[in-house]
Amino acid sequence: MPDLTKLLFGRLTLESLPFHEPILVGTFAVVALGGIALLGVITYYRLWGYLWREWFTSIDHKKIGIMYMILGFVMLLRGFSDAIMMRAQQAIAFGDNMGYLPPEHYDQIFTAHGVIMIFFVAMPMVTGLMNFVMPLQIGARDVAFPFLNNFSFWMTVAGALLVMASLFIGEFARTGWLAYPPLSDIVSSPDAGVDYYIWALQIAGVGTLLSGINLLVTIVKMRAPGMTIMKMPVFTWTALCTNVLIVAAFPVLTAVLAMLALDRYVGTNFFTTASGGNAMMYINFIWIWGHPEVYILVLPAFGIYSEVTATFCRKPLFGYASMVYATVVITVLSYLVWLHHFFTMGSGASVNSFFGITTMIISIPTGAKIFNWLFTMYRGRVEFEIPMMWTVAFMVTFVIGGMTGVLLAVPPADFSLHNSLFLVAHFHNVIIGGVLFGLFAGINYWFPKAFGFRLDRFWGKCSFWLWVIGFYFAFMPLYVMGLMGVTRRLNHFDDPSLRIWTLLAAFGAFLILLGIACTIMQFYVSFRRRVELRDVTGDPWHGRTLEWSTSSPPPPYNFAFTPRIHDHDAWWMMKKYRYERPLDGFLPIHMPHNTGTGFVLGALSFVFGFAMIWYMWLLAALSFLAILVVGITHTFNYEREYYLSADEVRRVEQSRTELLASHV
Amino acid sequence: MSAHDELQHAHDDHDHDDLGIHATFKGYMTGFVLAVILTIIPFWLVMGHVIKDSSTAAVIILGLAAVQIVVHMIYFLHMNSKSEGGWNMLALVFTIVLVVITLSGSIWIMYHLNHNMMPLMDTSNLP
Repeated sequence: MPDLTKLLFGRLTLESLPFHEPILVGTFAVVALGGIALLGVITYYRLWGYLWREWFTSIDHKKIGIMYMILGFVMLLRGFSDAIMMRAQQAIAFGDNMGYLPPEHYDQIFTAHGVIMIFFVAMPMVTGLMNFVMPLQIGARDVAFPFLNNFSFWMTVAGALLVMASLFIGEFARTGWLAYPPLSDIVSSPDAGVDYYIWALQIAGVGTLLSGINLLVTIVKMRAPGMTIMKMPVFTWTALCTNVLIVAAFPVLTAVLAMLALDRYVGTNFFTTASGGNAMMYINFIWIWGHPEVYILVLPAFGIYSEVTATFCRKPLFGYASMVYATVVITVLSYLVWLHHFFTMGSGASVNSFFGITTMIISIPTGAKIFNWLFTMYRGRVEFEIPMMWTVAFMVTFVIGGMTGVLLAVPPADFSLHNSLFLVAHFHNVIIGGVLFGLFAGINYWFPKAFGFRLDRFWGKCSFWLWVIGFYFAFMPLYVMGLMGVTRRLNHFDDPSLRIWTLLAAFGAFLILLGIACTIMQFYVSFRRRVELRDVTGDPWHGRTLEWSTSSPPPPYNFAFTPRIHDHDAWWMMKKYRYERPLDGFLPIHMPHNTGTGFVLGALSFVFGFAMIWYMWLLAALSFLAILVVGITHTFNYEREYYLSADEVRRVEQSRTELLASHV
Repeated sequence: MSAHDELQHAHDDHDHDDLGIHATFKGYMTGFVLAVILTIIPFWLVMGHVIKDSSTAAVIILGLAAVQIVVHMIYFLHMNSKSEGGWNMLALVFTIVLVVITLSGSIWIMYHLNHNMMPLMDTSNLP
C-alpha cells in the first residue's frame, strides 16, 4: 500500500499542504472564494463557450497579445502582494518584534516576488505588447506561425500556474530569484521549492523561446512591401532586437537550469564542489542569460517611449537612425557585461576592470536615446496625454537609475555596495522606472486600438501620480539604507534608527497599492463609459505608424489590402498625401483556423511539471507521452486554413466606412 | 496567412526566389561522404590510440568537429552568403560572435577565479 501511494503521489503527502500557516490558509480561502465566484459568473452568463471559441483557442495575434497582458496584470497583483508583505515586515520587525513573517516564509516571499515580477509580469506584458502591436505596425495579417503563438502563450500560463500552485501545495524556493547553488542544491534545499522554480521556468521558457522565434521570423519575413529595414517603426526595431536577444539568451537559461535539475534529480555534480563541480559556473552561466534579459525587458519599453514621444510631440522622432544604431549596439553590448553581477566573486583586477568598462560603455547608447527623446520634445507641440506623462516620468526616473548603475559599475564601489539595499533600489529604479512605466505608457497608448475605446483620463492620472510618487517614497530610502551598509533580504533589524527609512518605504509601497487600485478603477470606469470614450476613427491620437490606419479594434485580418510603404511613419505619410481607403475590389483572405491544441499542450505540460516536482514518476511519464502524442497528432491536422470570403471582407469594410462617415 | 500566402503575391515573389536552393543529389552525397569521413577520423584517432598526447588528440578532434559543422551548413542547410537575402549569414556571424564571447569569457573568468584562490592547503596532513 505505501508503495502504491508513493507510485501515485510521489513525495506529495498531506503534510505538504500548509494547514499550519494561518496566513496561507487565509489566502487560500480568499483565492478559493474569488475563484469560485469568477467561475460562477462565467457559468451564469454562459461565457465558457465564448471564451473557448473566441479566446482560448484563438490564434489571432491580437487576442493572444491581450491574453498575455491579462496574465501579466493578474501576476502583477500576486507579485505586488508579495512586495507589500515584505515592506510591512521590514517596517515592523525591529528589536524584540520579530514581525509577522517567519524567516522560511519571508524567504519564499522575496524569491517568489522576484521570479514572478520578471518572468510572469514583465515578460508576458512585453511579449503581449509586441504580439499585439508589431504585426500591425509592419502591415502583416498575423505572425509567421499563428498556432505556435497560441502554444507559447499557454506554456507561459502553465509556468505561471506552477508558481501559483506552490503557494498552497508545498512551498516555493527560498533561494532568491536566481536560485544560486550551493543553497539551491539537493542537500541545502531538499524540499520541492527549488523544483517548482526549475519546472515553472523551464516550461514558461519554452513558450518564451518559441514566441521569440515566431516574432523574429515575422519581422524578418512579413513586412509590407516597401518597408525596408531602415523604414521600420522604432518599436518594431526594438522588438526585433529583443527577440534576437531572446533566441540567443534563453537557451543558456534552459541549459543551466537543466544542469541544476540534473544535480538535484540524478546526482550529477555540475555545481557541487564535493566532486569537482563549481557553483560559480552556475552564477557565470545564469548571468550570461540574466544580463541580456534586462535588455529583453527594457528595449521594447524604449520602443514604446519612441512611438509615444513622436506621436504626442507631433514630430517625427529625432534621430531615427541613431536610435536604431543605439538599439543594435545595446543588443550586442548586453552580452559583454555579465560579470558586473558578480564582481565580488573573486576575479582579479583585469577581469573586473574589463567588465566594469564595458558596463559603463552601455550607458553611451542609452544616453543617446534619452537625448533623442528630449530633442523630439524640443520645440514639439507636446500634449500631456497619459502615455506622454509616463514617458516624461520615465526620463527623469530612468536617468537616476542609470546613474546609480554607472556608479555600481565601478568595481571598487561595487565591493561595498554589492548585495546591499543600494543595489535593490538601483534595479527597481530601472525596472519600474524603465520597463513598468513603459508598459503603462503602452497600455494607455494602445488600449483604444485593442478595445475600441480610450481609457479614462482622471483615473489614469490618479494612477500615474500615485505610482510615481509611491515609487520615489518606496525606493529612495533604500538607496540611503544601502549606502549605510544595510544588506538585502533581511527580515529583521536590530538598529532602531533605521526604522524611519523602512517606514517611509512601506508608505511608498502603500501609495503604489493605491496606484494599482486606481489602475483597476481606470479599467472599470472606462468600460462603463465605453460609449462616451469610443474611438470611431481608429486613430485617436493622430498616430504616425500603420496600426492606426486600421479600425479600432482591427478586423481579424488586420488589413484588407497589404499597404505599400514609401517612407518612415507610414500612416502619417498616408494621411499627408490624402490616402483614400479602398472601398471595393476585395479578395478572399487566407486565414488560419482556431485550435485547442495549444491549450491542451499547455495543460499537459503543467501536469508534467507538477508530477516532476513531486516525484510522481508514473504521472510524469504518462503526461510526457501525452504531450508527444498530442503534438504529433496535431501535425496530421491538415485543415488549418480557410478563406474569408470577399463578401465577408466587403461587409466588414463597409461597416467601417459607415462608421467613419457617421462621425466626420 | 503564412509567409507563403499566395494572395500576398507582392512580397512573396522574392521569397520564392530565396527558396531556390540547389538541393541536388550530388550535393547531398558530397555532404554525406564528407560527414562520414570527418566522423571516422576522430573515431579512428581515439580507438586506435594514434596520438599519444590526449590533449593534442582533443584539439584535433574539436577542429574536425568545427569542419563538420561547416559541411553540414553548406551541404545540408544550403547556407551561403546570399541565402535569405543575407539574413542567414548575418545570423551566423552574430551567433559565432556570441558563442565566442560566451566561451572565451567563461573560460577567462573561471580561470581567473582559480588563479586568485589562496594556495590550497594539503588537507590530508591535517589532524
